[in-house]
Amino acid sequence: MRYRLRVNPIACAGHGLCAELFPERVRLDDWGYPIVAPEPFDERLLPHARRAVDQCPRLALLLEQAESRSHRAHA
Amino acid sequence: MSQATIAPPVALPWLLGGPPAEIGPEPLQDHLDRLGPCPVGGPDLLSALRSTGLRGRGGARFPAWRKWRAVRERSQGRAVVLVNGAEGEPASWKDRVLMAMRPHLVLDGAELAADTVGAAEVVLYVGSELTDARQALERAIQERGGRRWGRRRTRLVAGPPRYVAGEETAAVRFVDGGPARPTFRPPRPFERGVRGRPTLVQNVETLALVALLARFGPAWYRTVGTSSSPGPLLVTVAGAVRRPGVHEVPHGVSLGQVLATAEPTGPVAGVLLGGYFGAWLPPARAGSLALDDQALAEAGLGLGCGVVFALPGEACPLMETARVLGFLAHESAGQCGPCRYGLGAVADVAHRVAAGQGGADEVALLQRWAGQLRGGRGACRHPDGAVTLLTSALETFSEHLRLHLRGGACPASRAATCLPFPPLREGWR
Repeated sequence: MRYRLRVNPIACAGHGLCAELFPERVRLDDWGYPIVAPEPFDERLLPHARRAVDQCPRLALLLEQAESRSHRAHA
Repeated sequence: MSQATIAPPVALPWLLGGPPAEIGPEPLQDHLDRLGPCPVGGPDLLSALRSTGLRGRGGARFPAWRKWRAVRERSQGRAVVLVNGAEGEPASWKDRVLMAMRPHLVLDGAELAADTVGAAEVVLYVGSELTDARQALERAIQERGGRRWGRRRTRLVAGPPRYVAGEETAAVRFVDGGPARPTFRPPRPFERGVRGRPTLVQNVETLALVALLARFGPAWYRTVGTSSSPGPLLVTVAGAVRRPGVHEVPHGVSLGQVLATAEPTGPVAGVLLGGYFGAWLPPARAGSLALDDQALAEAGLGLGCGVVFALPGEACPLMETARVLGFLAHESAGQCGPCRYGLGAVADVAHRVAAGQGGADEVALLQRWAGQLRGGRGACRHPDGAVTLLTSALETFSEHLRLHLRGGACPASRAATCLPFPPLREGWR
């Protein structure tokens, strides 16, 4: 299984914990908001991703299965 | 389909064919005499949409049949059709002209869409400043028997004059009584739209084309345009031309031909294609560029909402771009950090460069921010659109940029704006 993170940018307030907890896929822009790398990751990184998702004070980080993104072609 | 006893039009214009604009909105009887009765929508129409690949004309150019099918699958007779005539793009008037001249073509398309997706309600969402368009549609609804024309409830909602108010989730939110600001997806409108119902949000030009396609069929529709982009499109041409306005052209026509039809008045610094989310093109490249989705996609470009603006040779393209960026920053819904803070910062620095107060460091900063702000970081494509415009300007006007970096602002940067801007508004209702 491959996974991917997604930010709900409306909920995100730029606390930046995600970049600290999961630097493998998240860095911050010049205003402190997360830039999530699009490359999917596997189980090896999953605990780190989960921790970032759980620790987000705004619950703005979503963990998705990479395959589920094919829905996006829909609209 | 193709039940018409009336011969279909051959040469363009199709959408704007019939009586001239000065006559005002075409009355219902004239519309029916000219084009014949409106057929009933259904699976055949969905197939026709699919076989022609008709794309939405609001700017995203998404294949209409996919949205229609998605709403139809979920509808159970309770879907909503949201007719999008918000047209918040300052350089575009084609939706306004179409609604004001051919309201019955738009309403036919709305009814056909409602038949096909199984909708119980039609909402016409029209920019509040587009008075002529709203009046034409209101009168047309009365002509068809009032709020219950056809088989379903119809109402007209005036949307606020904001750039992002026409974005589909913003439109749904406003119709439901909220602010006209985009929402996070999912759910998308075809899943949960107006009052939680599956909702088809479709631009007025798209629906008007459907009204013709349903009457005359896909084979007729393909007689104009290219194999990847059949049919005509409306473009709004303005800037350094003698005949600015809305032109109906076949897909595949070159940008050079479009400009020639509008009669250029002199040298052009660059051509803006697609609106304020679009891209600047050098005149030499613009000339031979075909207005076809596939050809444009291969060049990393898009038709957007069909804006073609020829910037006069004597204008300062950097200042014009900085003004657009300032406008887009103001028009941000302010919900997402990258858009809320990023666009304002970009606009400030772009303005400094255009005013001759910025050097290579500022240009490097703009490039850095363009890299950070692209890639779908907002709930909608607002930041992506602004970045597309910025990067195309830095590339297309690199020579002019060198002049600014070497000798300060050019005299033209202090001249009045060429691109159109509406008065800046606050509020989202």
